[in-house]
Amino acid sequence: MNKPLKQHLIDPEICIRCHACVEACPKDAITFNDDNVVVDAAICDGQMACIGPCPTGAIDNWRVVATPYSLEEQLEWMELPEQQEIAAGEGEADSEALDDAIATLLAEAHKGAGGVARAPASAAKPTVNLHGLENPLKVRVQGNFRLTAAASDNDVRHIILDLGPGHFPILEGQTIGIIPPGEDAQGRAHLPRLYSVSSPRDGERPSTNNLSLTVKRVQGGVCSNYVCDLGRGDEVLVTGPYGSTFLLPDDPEARLVMICTGTGSAPFRAFTMRRQRVMPTVNGRMKLFFGARSPDSLPYFGPLGKVPQEFLEKHFAFSRVDGKDKTYVQDRLRQDGEALAMMLTDARTHIYLCGLKAMEAGVEEAFNDIARASGLNWAEIRARLREEGRYHVETY
Amino acid sequence: MSDTINVSYDTQIPNNVGLSSDRRVLKALEKWHPGYLDWWKGQGPDGFQESLVYLRTAVSVDPKGWAKFDYVRMPEYRWGILLAPQVEGRIIPCGEHYGEPAWQEVPGEYRSMLRRLVVIQGDTEPASVEQQRFLGKTAPSLYDMRNLFQVNVEEARHLWAMVYILQKYFGRDGREESAELLQRRSGSDEKPRMLGAFNEETPDWLSFFMFTYFTDRDGKMQLESLAQSGFDPLSRTCRFMLTEEAHHMFVGETGVGRTIQKTCERMREAGIDDPTDIGRVRDLGVIDLPTIQKKLNLHYTLSLDLFGSEVSTNAANAFNAGIKGRYRENKIDDDHRLQDATYPVSEFTDGKIVVKEVPALTAINMRLRDDYSRDALGGVKRWNAIIRKHGFDFELTLPHEGFHRQIGTYTGAPITPEGEVITPEEWAARRDEWLPSKEDGDFIASLMKPCWEAGKYAGWIAPPRVGIDNKPGDFEYVQLHMA
Repeated sequence: MNKPLKQHLIDPEICIRCHACVEACPKDAITFNDDNVVVDAAICDGQMACIGPCPTGAIDNWRVVATPYSLEEQLEWMELPEQQEIAAGEGEADSEALDDAIATLLAEAHKGAGGVARAPASAAKPTVNLHGLENPLKVRVQGNFRLTAAASDNDVRHIILDLGPGHFPILEGQTIGIIPPGEDAQGRAHLPRLYSVSSPRDGERPSTNNLSLTVKRVQGGVCSNYVCDLGRGDEVLVTGPYGSTFLLPDDPEARLVMICTGTGSAPFRAFTMRRQRVMPTVNGRMKLFFGARSPDSLPYFGPLGKVPQEFLEKHFAFSRVDGKDKTYVQDRLRQDGEALAMMLTDARTHIYLCGLKAMEAGVEEAFNDIARASGLNWAEIRARLREEGRYHVETY
Repeated sequence: MSDTINVSYDTQIPNNVGLSSDRRVLKALEKWHPGYLDWWKGQGPDGFQESLVYLRTAVSVDPKGWAKFDYVRMPEYRWGILLAPQVEGRIIPCGEHYGEPAWQEVPGEYRSMLRRLVVIQGDTEPASVEQQRFLGKTAPSLYDMRNLFQVNVEEARHLWAMVYILQKYFGRDGREESAELLQRRSGSDEKPRMLGAFNEETPDWLSFFMFTYFTDRDGKMQLESLAQSGFDPLSRTCRFMLTEEAHHMFVGETGVGRTIQKTCERMREAGIDDPTDIGRVRDLGVIDLPTIQKKLNLHYTLSLDLFGSEVSTNAANAFNAGIKGRYRENKIDDDHRLQDATYPVSEFTDGKIVVKEVPALTAINMRLRDDYSRDALGGVKRWNAIIRKHGFDFELTLPHEGFHRQIGTYTGAPITPEGEVITPEEWAARRDEWLPSKEDGDFIASLMKPCWEAGKYAGWIAPPRVGIDNKPGDFEYVQLHMA
């Protein structure tokens, strides 16, 4: 057993030994001597109750290690050790979710970014793993609305979950888990399925303690059928929140390019609503590239129409409209190539991809072409964007 | 079930103590509120009341909710009443009532003692806001300005915390004391604040950093010992205040550290090897290390005075009554009554320093002060690490407990920072070697030029390693909107 572990550490150069974390930790995993405050890897379960109270940010440090640093070692440190090379890779990413199964799923979803994902520098600090498999939060369904035309065979639902008195802080771009009832073929309880939240942090309406999901019914899907059939008042077990990189920059100067298909639109609905609430007059800084088979199978087609084009520049791509050529998001990207090329070299630009894995290749190619036409190298640009927390992929 | 974690906004005063169903206290606080706002507008940060400041506000007292950040105008800050959650079955942690259930109401026999403790603690909170009210104008960056204002609004919230205790549990006396807290003024001749260090000026930013490091740390220790009170509402109030106090320690420790960092960097660049070559170092526009040592000497010794006399019957009574514990009382492994224990205390008699064992009960102040000194030493070690990292042979030290004291056994004793007893004449002649002179003060003052462009820092101080709330380096922590 030599599985690498993501160890929670405190930066001794920044820590001021105020012991706020010691008080905050419900597991008593944090101890100290006169010099340093340290986390016991054997006790810490990564629920991060200590992160908010830390006045310095020293608490928010992680190293992937084969063997955890002992308390004795940590108590002697004058500075944090560098991250060692670990064969398993994946290491340096921000802590997404410490629950192994969830972490694996998220890592898989973010793979398309081509490297370690990072959060935008100005993003708000996410809370993750507040509710795990052992303590899911019980919430109630407040509404279940079909987003696609009744005639469409594409059944996509807008589900609103009322969090009641529950404490479940969520940021735009984060994901939650839903545990379907019952057992799998082997008689084990189902693992949670992950869904992107489609509402902003302060709820469907400002200051409501609820959140929404965008869920597509999948033939034979255990969880999607369960969720799509939920009725008002039904109880649901949720876990999370998860995800600490696919987040919205908290900066009116940021330019957003959002590319999605189908229910991949969920986080972008949240992004758009957040910016409408906090910076409603900031125009010309968001572009949405949205692919679907037809207008009546495109989630939120109606509401999107009401968002002014100056605020959100919309580019729809439909692949199955009678009498018209098939169009995909990559085609729309190419059509807007000149504007996009300018944005690629702008340090304020953030690019987001969310939807089916199948869209990745086409989008990559489009960006390659767009970059090349302007004498730029997409691979280099992508690497820099990713390094700087400005390129985010979540595909499934 | 009443919700005691999340903050309720159903009255004008955010709180987690069910104020809306406590009409009497709510009314009393609402009556006090306008006077408080007048005090804030008159005595709070001068010239920045309209600025939007990126502040944290508690939305609940559990770890997940008490540090939410947003832009706010300071007069609109949600000052409120926040108590840490009640611990089921909590006992009186020390003294003759040790082991009995903690009091939820004021025990009659200790009423006046308790009131006095609360008033003294309460008096320090607005005092520091008053001391710091002009600092914003010379802020070395928007980041530092924001930190100053965060400290200010939280000190003011601590005033609220103490006023709540007074109004809720001390009836008419409490109302009168609450009003008095808004009337005394730091440095005033007629109505000064109650403790010496809180009537001193905070003339420059290095003083501010030293103050938050050394003097606010005294505040932290006092809060720590009140958090161990057998009077449960006071304990819960102080426990939550401690989470905020941590930020103040942070501002002090990193502020001094960044000052040292910049001095070392500039000396290296200029090829200066001798940190005591004061003239050359000052020519670089940074504060030389010997002057930083002098500032440290001053603020550390003023803060030691705040602990009161080494041997004190007041402190013994408070401990014995169970209304003020020792630092981390609940983690100490002894009888918590101190019936027979002794504690070593230094005494200055006949020109000599002698150590005596005295009953531990009477040495409560001394013990807390020792805990304080140990705590204060931590930051000094970090500062020295910065100096060492730059390759300089210079070490900052905490001066001897007998140096420059105004309270306790060492009052006025001619003792050097190394602890050597000398003649009063020699001490007076050498004073400026150890404590900031007028010339030192003038030099520091000459560096205090505002630097208000987002992401820029005045020449004497290094930028922080990490932004507040993980913000990037050029984040606009204060949107000035100057009138």
